[in-house]
Amino acid sequence: MNLQHTDTRQMLGESLRRFFSERYGADIRRRSTAAPGHDRATWAQLVELGAIGALFDANDGGFGGGGFDIMVVFEALGGALVVEPVLSGLLSGRALALARHAAYHGVVAGDTVVAFAHQEPRSRYELSHVETRATAHAQGWSLGGSKSVVLDAQAASHALVSARVRGEVGSASGVALFLVPLDAPGVVMRSYPLIDGGRAAELDLHDVLLPASALVASADEGLDIIERVTGLGTLALCAEGLGLMESLKTATVDYLGTRVQFGVPIGSNQALQHRMVDLLIDIEQARSAVINAAAALDQDRRTREQALAAAKYTIGTSGIRVAEEAIQMHGGIGMTQELHAAQAAKRLMMIDHQLGDADHHLERYVALGHER
Amino acid sequence: MELAFTQEEEAFRAEVRTFLANELPADIAGKARAGQRLGKADIERWQAILSRRGWLAPHWPVAHGGAGWSVVQRFIFEVEMAQAHAPSAIPFGLNMLAPVLIKYGSDAQQQHWLGRMLRGEDWWCQGYSEPGAGSDLANIRTTAVRDGEHYVINGQKTWTTLGQHANMMFCLVRTERSAKRQQGISFLLVDLTSPGVEVRPIITLDGDHEVNEVFFTDVRAPIGNLVGEENQGWTYAKYLLTYERTSMAGIGSSTAALSWLKEIAQREFKQGRPLAQDPLFAARMARVEIELSNLRTTALRVVASAARGEVPGPESSMLKIRGTEVRQDISALARRALGPYARPFLSDLLEDSPEGQAMPELYAPAVTPTYLNLRKLTIFGGSNEIQRNIISKTTLRL
Repeated sequence: MNLQHTDTRQMLGESLRRFFSERYGADIRRRSTAAPGHDRATWAQLVELGAIGALFDANDGGFGGGGFDIMVVFEALGGALVVEPVLSGLLSGRALALARHAAYHGVVAGDTVVAFAHQEPRSRYELSHVETRATAHAQGWSLGGSKSVVLDAQAASHALVSARVRGEVGSASGVALFLVPLDAPGVVMRSYPLIDGGRAAELDLHDVLLPASALVASADEGLDIIERVTGLGTLALCAEGLGLMESLKTATVDYLGTRVQFGVPIGSNQALQHRMVDLLIDIEQARSAVINAAAALDQDRRTREQALAAAKYTIGTSGIRVAEEAIQMHGGIGMTQELHAAQAAKRLMMIDHQLGDADHHLERYVALGHER
Repeated sequence: MELAFTQEEEAFRAEVRTFLANELPADIAGKARAGQRLGKADIERWQAILSRRGWLAPHWPVAHGGAGWSVVQRFIFEVEMAQAHAPSAIPFGLNMLAPVLIKYGSDAQQQHWLGRMLRGEDWWCQGYSEPGAGSDLANIRTTAVRDGEHYVINGQKTWTTLGQHANMMFCLVRTERSAKRQQGISFLLVDLTSPGVEVRPIITLDGDHEVNEVFFTDVRAPIGNLVGEENQGWTYAKYLLTYERTSMAGIGSSTAALSWLKEIAQREFKQGRPLAQDPLFAARMARVEIELSNLRTTALRVVASAARGEVPGPESSMLKIRGTEVRQDISALARRALGPYARPFLSDLLEDSPEGQAMPELYAPAVTPTYLNLRKLTIFGGSNEIQRNIISKTTLRL
C-alpha cells in the first residue's frame, strides 16, 4: 500500500498548477466561452506541458493513461477553472485508440479536437439509449438522428458519433461509432455557451452520408467502448470536481477569517466553523472516492464501474453541498459573477449534470451490486 | 499510488485470519455478531488467548511486549478482528493508560503495571468525566490531598464504562487550586477495592448496565501511584485522548455491521420480496456503503501519513466524527429494517447465558438496543461538536 502520487505525477500536477496560476486568467476563460470555444495558444501550451499526453499510455503515443494520471491532470484543471477541450480529447481520443482507428494520433498529439457525440435529447444518462440510426448502403453508411449538449463541437473538426445499427432503443448491443466531419452535408450544428463556461452544441444529422472508412467501432463493440471511455470521463470529472472543491475550501476559509461583521471575523462564529469543518470532511471523503475510482480502473468490470459510480455519486452530492455552502458563507459577494469562487461553485454544481448525476450513479451502484 | 496491500501485508492478513479461524471461540464470536452482551468471563477468556499469541497489545513498543507492527499491520489486524466478530480488547488499560505510562511513567510503574495488563491481572477503567466535567474536562472537582505517603481522594466520577468489573482506575484529580483550570490536575492510579470506594450502576436507555458512577470518600492511594509530575496531569490526559480518537474511525466494526445489515435486509420482506431489493432501502444502504468505502481510504491515508512520522492531530478528530456518524447510520438502518419488530424488548435473550448460547436465528432482539446504545458514539471521547472545535482551531485556524 502506498498512498502518494509518483514523483512524475506530482511534478506534472505542479507544473500545470503553476502555468494556470500565472497564465490562465478570467480573460482567457471568457474568450474560450465565446465562439469557437477554444483558446489555441493555451491549448498549444497544455499540449507542451503534457496535459494531453498524460491521458494516453505509451502504446497510444502518450506517456501515462492510468487512473492517477487522469486524476492529477483534471484536479489541476478544476482548481484553475479551465474550460479548454481536454475532456473531449480524453473521451474521443481513448475511444479511437481502443478501436485502433488511425485518427487517435492527431488527438494524442493535440493537433485535432474531436467532439464526443453520444448523448441524445431523450437518453438522459442511459448509455444504451441510442435513437440515432446508421444504415449501411453500397458506398458506406447513412446516419440520421440528434445528439444533445455535445461539448466543444464548435472547436472540433470531427465528432465521434454513436448510432444504432440494429436492435431496439435501449438494447445492450448494436451501437456503432462513426467519425463524422462536422462540415459534412446534412450536419446541422446549433452552438451555445454553457452557464458554467465553455461551449456545446445540438447536432442534427439529416441522412449524413459517410464512407465505409468512417466506421470506428462495429455494432458489436461500440457500447463496450462507450462504457469504458464514459468511465474515464467520469473519473476525470470527479477529479475536476475535487480540484474545484479544494479551491472553494481555500477561498471560503480565507473569507471567513477576513470578513469582519459585528467587530469580529465571521469565522469566529461556531455556527459557521462547524459547517466549514463538515465541508472539510466531505472534501477529504471526496478525495478518497476519487482515489478509489482511479485505483479501480484496471479491475474487473463490476468493481471498476461500482467504484466509478460511488465516486460520481460522492462528488455529485458533496460538490453541490460545498458549492451552495461556499456561496452562502460568502454572503452577498458570493452572488456576483466577478468572484472566482462563485464561478467555481457554478462549475462544481454543473459537474453533477455531466455523465450522470448523483441519483443516476446511486441507482447504477445498486444495480451493479445485485449483479454479484 | 497503490491501494492494494503488498505481498507481505497480504501474508500478514492471512496469518491473522488463520489465527482467528483457529483460536476465536465460536460462542464468543456468535454473541458479538448477534449483538448479545458479553460477560466479564467471555472477555477475559478471549484476552488471554490474544495475550498467549502476543497480540493483546500489539501497538506497544517491542521492549514492553508489543508486536512491532507497522501502522498498516495494525489497521489490518483491527479490521480482520472486527470482521471475524472478535470482541476488541478492553481499551482502558491497554490502549489508553499504557501509552501514558510508556511515555510519562516511572520504570517501576511500567514494570509493574504493563506486565499485569498483559497477564490480565487488572481490569482498568477510566476516571475522567464528572457530573460537572464532560466536554469541559478541565472543570473536574475530585480532589486528592497529600497525607504522608498517601493521597486522600474525595469526589465523584461518572460514565465509568465497565467500572463494575474493574479493580483499578486511572483518574484525573485536582491536587492544587490554581487560576488556570488546566493546572493543578494530577494523573493518579486508584485501587477500587480500597475502603471508601462505591460503584453504583447507571442503566442506559437500551436497558444495559455498561456505565457507572464511582464515589470516593477519603480513599487512600499510595504516592507511588502518581503518574509523572504532580499538577501536570492535563498534559498526559490530552496525550491519551489523541490515542483514544485515532482508533475511533471504527472501519472494521462498521464493515462488520454493514454485512450484518445486508443479511437482515435479505431476511426481512417488503411487498413480497427481500427488503434488500426495495429500491428505496437499497439506495439507503448504498449511500452508507459508499460513505464507508470512502472512509476506509481516508483512514488509510491518515495511517499512511502516520507511517511517515506525522503525528495524528486533527485527522483523528475527522475520523472520529465521520466514523461514528457512519456507524450510527448503519445501526439506524438495521432498526428501520425490522419494521414493527423493532419494538419487542426481549432483554433475556441479550444476557450472557450460563450455557454460552448465542442466538443464531433470532437477530431482532439486539437491533434496537444496539441502535440506542450507539447513540453514545457521537457523545463520548470528546463529543463530535468538540472535535469540530478542534479542527476549526487547528486546521482551519478560525
